[in-house]
Amino acid sequence: MITLKVNGKSLDTDASPDTPLLWVLRDHLGLTGTKFGCGKSLCGACTVHVDGSATRSCVTLVSNVVGKDIRTIEGLSSDRSHPVQKAWLELDVPQCGYCQSGQIMAASALLAQNATPTDADIDTAMAGNICRCGTYPRIRAAIHRAAELMKTGGAK
Amino acid sequence: MSARDLDRPAAPTALDRREFLKAGALAGGGLVIGISLAGCGKPADLAAKSTVGGQPVAWLKIAGDNSITILVDKSEMGQGVYTALPMLIAEELDVPMKAVKVIAAPAGQPYINVFLGTQITGGSTSVREAWGKLRTAGAQARAMLVGAAADEWKVDAATLKVADGVISGPNGQQRTFGELAEAAAKRPLPKDAKPKDPSTFTLVGKLQPRVDTPAKLDGTAEYGIDVKLPGMKYAALAQSPVLGGSVKSVDSAAAEKMPGVVKVVTTKSGVAVVADHYWQAHTARDALKIVWDAGPNAHLDSTAIKAGLKSAKGAALSARKDGDAAAALKAAKKRVEAAYELPLLAHATMEPMNCTADVRADGCDLYVPTQIQQIAQATAAGAAGLKPEQVNVHTTLLGGGFGRRLEVDFIPAAVEASKAVGVPVKLIWTREDDMTHDAYRPPAYDTGSAGFDAAGAVSAVHLKLTSPSVTARMFPPVVDGGKVDPFAVEAAANFLYDVPNVAVDYLRHEVGINVGYWRSVSHALNCFVVESFMDEVAHAAGKDPYEFRHALLAKQPRAQRVLEEAATRAGWGKAAAGHHLGIAVMEGYGTYLAQVADVSVEQGKLKIHKITCVVDCGQKVNPGIVDQQVSGGIVFGLSAALFGEITLEGGKVKQSNFDNYRVVRMNQMPELDVHLIDSSEAPGGIGEPAVALVAPAVANAMFAASGKRIRALPFAAAGIV
Ligand code: FES
Ligand code: FES
Repeated sequence: MITLKVNGKSLDTDASPDTPLLWVLRDHLGLTGTKFGCGKSLCGACTVHVDGSATRSCVTLVSNVVGKDIRTIEGLSSDRSHPVQKAWLELDVPQCGYCQSGQIMAASALLAQNATPTDADIDTAMAGNICRCGTYPRIRAAIHRAAELMKTGGAK
Repeated sequence: MSARDLDRPAAPTALDRREFLKAGALAGGGLVIGISLAGCGKPADLAAKSTVGGQPVAWLKIAGDNSITILVDKSEMGQGVYTALPMLIAEELDVPMKAVKVIAAPAGQPYINVFLGTQITGGSTSVREAWGKLRTAGAQARAMLVGAAADEWKVDAATLKVADGVISGPNGQQRTFGELAEAAAKRPLPKDAKPKDPSTFTLVGKLQPRVDTPAKLDGTAEYGIDVKLPGMKYAALAQSPVLGGSVKSVDSAAAEKMPGVVKVVTTKSGVAVVADHYWQAHTARDALKIVWDAGPNAHLDSTAIKAGLKSAKGAALSARKDGDAAAALKAAKKRVEAAYELPLLAHATMEPMNCTADVRADGCDLYVPTQIQQIAQATAAGAAGLKPEQVNVHTTLLGGGFGRRLEVDFIPAAVEASKAVGVPVKLIWTREDDMTHDAYRPPAYDTGSAGFDAAGAVSAVHLKLTSPSVTARMFPPVVDGGKVDPFAVEAAANFLYDVPNVAVDYLRHEVGINVGYWRSVSHALNCFVVESFMDEVAHAAGKDPYEFRHALLAKQPRAQRVLEEAATRAGWGKAAAGHHLGIAVMEGYGTYLAQVADVSVEQGKLKIHKITCVVDCGQKVNPGIVDQQVSGGIVFGLSAALFGEITLEGGKVKQSNFDNYRVVRMNQMPELDVHLIDSSEAPGGIGEPAVALVAPAVANAMFAASGKRIRALPFAAAGIV
């Protein structure tokens, strides 16, 4: 039995220790907001926060994150009130939406470290997150908007 | 399938003659407006026959509790149908979008796409097909509600006002839609209820937030891959690495002993490992020892496919013939000739293929991200040994479609596995499974010949297109009797330029593997050819490529206008130092577009700075969604133009994941300038066409910058990216 700290809660799983965190979250813990896109750290769909850093859960063995603070899209806020979620809503970013959990987790990790990212910072932080629907221009605009919301007290 | 030319839907507002709008009462008191087939009898029968798969057959239900539910018969794959289609009904009812609940329609004949003859989300038809029928349904519902109120109050219906789901009378009377729904349902369907004149729209044409956005921000949106059923098991599928191969023998002893494994099932599509959890199934799949029969493609490779297309013989079919192009070419004072090559492409939807099946003795529930419900239903029924009507199709959200989910190849194995283990099974393909077992976009070898007369005018254009046909496999009746596949000659058969002698010929040449419809279908192939070639012709004539096109589009005012506006916005003739522009124009799906690419080339490497796109798609339903589709389409087209290429060796696809099948990422994005023209023309399709213009606009800019003409895609193969 493995105990994980996910979204502030202690959760037990009987998954084998060499299972990728992605599949533990999705199948064992029912947190399907984190998506499977490539399984090889190539697309970012599975991005979660581990101790605050954007992490590809598809290549992270569950045994390596025991005791760490894991946050998924479901735990970013309880009511879509995180500035990144608010900015995404305001700019209607998603199309099919499948990549967006990963995009939002990558963007929120970026903003936590860099409150006023430049376009170049966004390029670097977000280049690992593919969107086949091509929402990149709105993602970029929404990250700038979220930065503004955080500055003006939209942050929690 | 009674396919019609998607480029020329005769009348987007016309209902198929076999069908009639129907109205009836909802069990429990309420109004339901739907469609039903001729032969179903009187409108009153609708309520009695109003379920398919346990769900009412209707687009619109107004219940006694004031709830308004709109069923959407198209799949939501990012293109915004769950917002745009309900907007058409909400507009007629004068209710705000927030008052409306949207649910997915089941599979069934009432929900067929009348443009395409079966239930399909594709061909950029969703709004065009719904435009007449959903607005009419909304108008009729409204007229019935108003009529019920007028009767009750004994006043002239014309004196009543409707706002926010409430009808008000001249003396201050008020009734909600819910209160009137039962009485309204007893009224005959109004014959004369006309949809609003577009000039009076209050909702349609205005930016509305997408109804699906909130759930896509917090992980609650449910895609096929997220379906969870009680007792459900998971499956991974081993498929023949050689396309078209099959299982010869399986040794599953080791796999069966692995943790969590429930059963190993040999299906028609490969060997499925069913386990308690997905990762267990995936891991055990690697322990299978399978001997494959490679089948007919054991020696198929890309060079042979390319060579085969180039040397294909046989009688080409005529897709367009104006005048006598052959004679005019012979008589020409000067000629231009060029050949173009396009590769196989994968769809690479972000959500890999998956399907969840719950097969029981008496029926099956299928939870599937699909663009083609009835064929999914029939396919599942075949795999389960059931009748189609015993299969309930639940369309989930789609994590991308792009035409990939018009295929049903990922469905039977899930059904067979569920049948074998007696519980629901969710089967998930890996990215590698998905990349190596796609129905790829057709490759092509295409030639252009143009002639100039003594006065220097273009006297003839002859295009010869050679590619395999998707339609011949998917909808054979469409091409039966030697008919041209209409979805192989788009953006060529409707050649826009005013040239007296035009011939477009299509030679169908199969390549041994399945090809599939891919976002914008043959537009993306043929627009690259036509717009690259016309650029070459312009240069051969010594003309500016924009001026040259503009002059030849004098009889195409909508095309000419988008061309002009794109040139103006992009600063044609005024490119920044070191920058060069390329232009392309197209009509597709009833929409006119022009794109300008702004590029520079340094040390032989291409850098794309900006893409400007001007669009006239006629009446827009939701401009926000149109903008999304155009800019997303440009990114999709850019990925293909820069990097997209599937190659085969020994019948196996060499690309496997996003490292060797590259797509555009954030850091590779040019600036986009998307501009939508105000237009009251009938709505055109918008999900696909923008994809097609990227490659020629960039190739033409590349030529302007470097004198290097790229005639084969992708650009990466030419070593310039
Ligand atoms: S699924 Fe993890 S990076 Fe793609
Ligand atoms: S929104 Fe569809 S993949 Fe990003």
